[in-house]
Amino acid sequence: MLEITLFYVAATVALVATVLAMTRTNAIHALIYLIVSLLAVAAIFFLIGAPFAAALEIVIYAGAIMVLFVFVIMMLNLGEKGDQQERQWLLSKIWAGPALLAAVLFAELLYVISTVEGPVSTTAVSAKEVGLALFGPYVLAVEIASMLLLAGLVGSFHLGRRYLERDGFDDRSEK
Amino acid sequence: MDGLNIPLNHILLVSSLLFAIGMMGLMIRRNIIFILMSLEVMLNSAALAFVAAGAHWGQPDGQIVFMLILTVAAAEVAVGLGLVLQVQKRFKTLDMDHANRMRG
Repeated sequence: MLEITLFYVAATVALVATVLAMTRTNAIHALIYLIVSLLAVAAIFFLIGAPFAAALEIVIYAGAIMVLFVFVIMMLNLGEKGDQQERQWLLSKIWAGPALLAAVLFAELLYVISTVEGPVSTTAVSAKEVGLALFGPYVLAVEIASMLLLAGLVGSFHLGRRYLERDGFDDRSEK
Repeated sequence: MDGLNIPLNHILLVSSLLFAIGMMGLMIRRNIIFILMSLEVMLNSAALAFVAAGAHWGQPDGQIVFMLILTVAAAEVAVGLGLVLQVQKRFKTLDMDHANRMRG
């Protein structure tokens, strides 16, 4: 019973934090709400018996990826001007149409998943089982993931290096 | 026993709600940083659905697909944020409507 209560609390926190993150005007505030949402999803992972996925969610999503966002927002130095611009863009006549479309698609999804039945199993799938499956039948997927990460590394290095070489931060703020 | 466990369709409901919120954020935002954040939310909701399905059958496959999604998200964010820096350098704004031509 406790698990179910904790699940609904975590799900509510995740949904509310995500809505708040999507409607903030300040990028850093949105990012912190997004981190709260990711931590709540990690709690859900833990409750449905995936402790390894929960740990990865916290370490990589909330830790590494969000820190990357923080670095870039700090480098861009948007400030109060960016806030005002965002507030102008977030009028209700702008978001009403997309919200309606997203709601229609959500209703379709709801119809599809309404036939799903049964509980999730309470026995946790341990990290050992995940590792055995990862380096057993899924070893090709690991190789593909490593190639993808290498491509991401090379691409981001290429894009970031040109940014730093040609036009530094100091030059831009003087112009 | 059934009443004591978390029902699978409630987890899928949370997952699809997160996906819908992320998609709405993707459509209403013009700032490229917020667009990337919405993409993260959508990928995360897909990962939640995978892990829930894996937990339903008690198999590790769901968590493995979760790790693959994590890899895709990390690579996408690294390249995407590099592009954010380029857009900011060229157009002096993060509004994606200014970056609508291929040779900019």
